[in-house]
Amino acid sequence: MNAKIEKPYINPYLGGAMLGVVLFMAYFFTGAGLGASGAISRVQTFILDIFASGHVDRVGYFAHYGGGSQNALADASIFMLLGTFIGGLISGFFNGRLKVETRRGPQITDRTRWILAFIGGVIMGYGARLARGCTSGQALSGGAVLSVGSWAFMFCVFIGGYVIAWFVRKLWN
Amino acid sequence: MAPLDILGNYGTFWGYLTALLIGIGFGIALEMSGFGDSRRLAAQFYFTEMRVLKVMFTAIIVAMTLIFLTSSLGLLDFSKVFVNPTYLFPGIIGGLIMGVGFIVGGFCPGTSLVAMSTGKIDGMFFVGGVLFGVFTFGESVASFENFYNSYYMGRFTLSEWLGVDAGVAVVLVLLMAFAMFYGSELLEQKFGEKKAWKNINLKPYKKGTLIAGSLLLLTGVITMAIGQPSIERRWSWKSAVESKRLESREVFIHPGELYEVMNNALLYKNLIDVRSESDYNIFHLEDAEHLTLNDLTKTDVVKKFLDASANTVNIIISNDEKTAVEAFKIMRAQNIINLYILSGGINNWLDIFTIDKSIAVREDVKAKKDEDALRYAFTRAVGETVYPANPRVRHGHGLPELKFEKKVKMKTKKTISGGCG
Repeated sequence: MNAKIEKPYINPYLGGAMLGVVLFMAYFFTGAGLGASGAISRVQTFILDIFASGHVDRVGYFAHYGGGSQNALADASIFMLLGTFIGGLISGFFNGRLKVETRRGPQITDRTRWILAFIGGVIMGYGARLARGCTSGQALSGGAVLSVGSWAFMFCVFIGGYVIAWFVRKLWN
Repeated sequence: MAPLDILGNYGTFWGYLTALLIGIGFGIALEMSGFGDSRRLAAQFYFTEMRVLKVMFTAIIVAMTLIFLTSSLGLLDFSKVFVNPTYLFPGIIGGLIMGVGFIVGGFCPGTSLVAMSTGKIDGMFFVGGVLFGVFTFGESVASFENFYNSYYMGRFTLSEWLGVDAGVAVVLVLLMAFAMFYGSELLEQKFGEKKAWKNINLKPYKKGTLIAGSLLLLTGVITMAIGQPSIERRWSWKSAVESKRLESREVFIHPGELYEVMNNALLYKNLIDVRSESDYNIFHLEDAEHLTLNDLTKTDVVKKFLDASANTVNIIISNDEKTAVEAFKIMRAQNIINLYILSGGINNWLDIFTIDKSIAVREDVKAKKDEDALRYAFTRAVGETVYPANPRVRHGHGLPELKFEKKVKMKTKKTISGGCG
């Protein structure tokens, strides 16, 4: 099915430098950095708006994105999200890494991995909104413009991960 | 000058296209760096592969160095760049929660998208989880809104916190990142390659990496040496436009208009009194704040004006106009908007809203030496306790008939918000 051989990932410093140049261009051309979680919030509000439009109008947090006749998707961040998806697809295609599969530690089943990925996503989504940004929008972007809050946030992400890592080591090793 | 703000200046089509292209670059860089693979991301927390730290910190230091280099060269106006506002504890708690989500789920929101686009089923489940997580947050935030909005410190950078030029902070961050990279290389050998401590190579870097790192550090040092643009330089970028506004007197407002502004309940007003402290104590307008020209260059003072709500008018007041014009230049250089000068200053104000003769009489002695001196001789210091400080206060006095052209036009701040906003 996939004739191409999966190429190895590039040197992390080189990858980081590429990411850094993209981040700089974001600041240079738009005045703001990169991000993903804000757009994901908009997608979520958009979906909710289809099923429970009145609810979106009543809850302040959702109304901010999709209240009234506002389209929650009419925002530049949605196009960045779309671009991120396309970019991943392009790079995956040229490096032979487009493949339907599940990446997991050797001691767990695919199903366990999926459940935990979902739970981790819920925790991540919740935390990202509380911190007003995810690893891209808050840590990466805010870090590059030296925001104090972003640096505090970034170290806390690492701390949170390291504290729990030992307890869930069976998931990954 | 950058930021070009494509969306604000060229409309939604070009703005959205730019966002799409930047997104594509973002996606490619993430995927190529290995961020579409949850095992590689999780490995960070077991020290077996420090890819997350290396990629993230390299990206941060490269972007940071380019941002502050272009800023010091006058190519990028940093004051117009969005800096994630600091809400300290919500950020800290949110960060800790995200760390837990990271190790349990194996992704962060951005990387899960790339995993999903390359067909990783765990990535798809994670994205579904994030959607549900942001939904739960939206549903529950109302119950802890006070905490969510607490510890707000606004636009607050490491260089402001340390009280140094941004270039110095850049070099410090570079050195810290290099130390962390070095530590990562050693940890990878120990936990990834399972080497014994004594067998660990203490010089893990190839020549190319060392040269690239040195070049980056050199760029940081150059940025520090040039320094971030002074107020004089920032004024020179704007002087062509702003000098015309001063010459045409469109920013000088008549005392009658200031009186209306002062008593307009729909506006926030900052009356900035830049005269000497003794003149201020003798007499000043109601609620005027005494600030020296030097105060207006301080970050914490400026920040208050920059963070002000959209319906804020700033009016600079001196005895005549000379010092006020200086203050105007300093404040405009720092991008403070809705900024006006009281035409003719306090002297003109007192000519129009006449002060009781027992308190002060007009005399022009000092003014012969200094055009920006107070032309009224006061018998005592009255501060803002007398009728002309805000003429509405005492009803016995009618307002004089005034004819003037209204000049205050509220400009809304062009806000650039972050990708996560």
